[in-house]
Amino acid sequence: MRLSYPANIKIIRIPCSGRMDVIHILKAFEGGIDGVCIVGCMEGDCHYLTGNLRAKKRVEYLKKLLYEAGIEAERVAMFNVSSSEGIKFAEIARGFTETIRALGPNPVKLKKHKEG
Amino acid sequence: MIVAERKPFQEIEKMLEPYSKIMILGCNECVTVCATGGAKEVAILASQLRIRRKSKDRYIEIYEKTIERQCDREYLEEIKDTIDGYEAVLSLACGCGIQFLGEVYEYITVLPGVNTTFMGVTERHGFWTERCQGCGNCILDKTMGICPITRCAKAIMNGPCGGSQDGRCEIDRNTPCAWNLIIDRYKNKGMMDRYMEIMPPKDWSTARDGGPRKMQREDLEI
Repeated sequence: MRLSYPANIKIIRIPCSGRMDVIHILKAFEGGIDGVCIVGCMEGDCHYLTGNLRAKKRVEYLKKLLYEAGIEAERVAMFNVSSSEGIKFAEIARGFTETIRALGPNPVKLKKHKEG
Repeated sequence: MIVAERKPFQEIEKMLEPYSKIMILGCNECVTVCATGGAKEVAILASQLRIRRKSKDRYIEIYEKTIERQCDREYLEEIKDTIDGYEAVLSLACGCGIQFLGEVYEYITVLPGVNTTFMGVTERHGFWTERCQGCGNCILDKTMGICPITRCAKAIMNGPCGGSQDGRCEIDRNTPCAWNLIIDRYKNKGMMDRYMEIMPPKDWSTARDGGPRKMQREDLEI
């Protein structure tokens, strides 16, 4: 299909969106990432039955944790895309990148902090 | 088990405002089971605090540690060599653990990261409810294994009261009336005659009303 999506997206493969834990994403934000998009299978199509549904709940919890820490909840989003939907994936990737660009950089990176 | 809830993030943040080098200490027992103060929750809170402080340009060093129990000296010993290096310790254990930590390490500022809420059970994953108030004089044999002291909002000994409707308590439609549950169980076991026995007022001197309680077993003391 030769579809393109923004080059600043780094794809991290996990066996199932249900493998995603809030601490993984929190660590990413701690490290200065601007946004994380969790892409799972279509609801009802989970190979492990409920992995993507659990991921959905965790994303909601994660949004709360980030908001508390002063990070905009919109920097995290979950989408359900089947493996045959390349076009949809590229669209989501473009749309999410635009959302994050509009929000600006992760506030963690804004200040120069002294570590160690 | 003892159930606790994490304090609101803003409250914790305010408490830690003066410090830049802290330890967050989890407990591997009850608070781990109720997903409030175990290793995982320590990691989450530490990460949130680091994010918050970094974005405010106030760096904080956090040592994450979880010990087996904070209500036992032998486990608290584990941190004796490391605790000195920190300005404060935020404990995610229940109120017992937090206090005991502060007693063992008197010279360290110990802060609470959770609100200890009740003694209860895991009804299902992610849902905990209260079952015991530790009144010090169990009457479960007389109430078919259902505690009216804990589960009845009024803690009445001879119920139900007039606020019981359709098996629900008047304080909240989602709360079952304890006395309704007790009567149902009497009926199911064909023991309604026992329900007719009037229970005398409870002696609360064995409960909190009698002051802080203690238990001693001289045969076990070393």
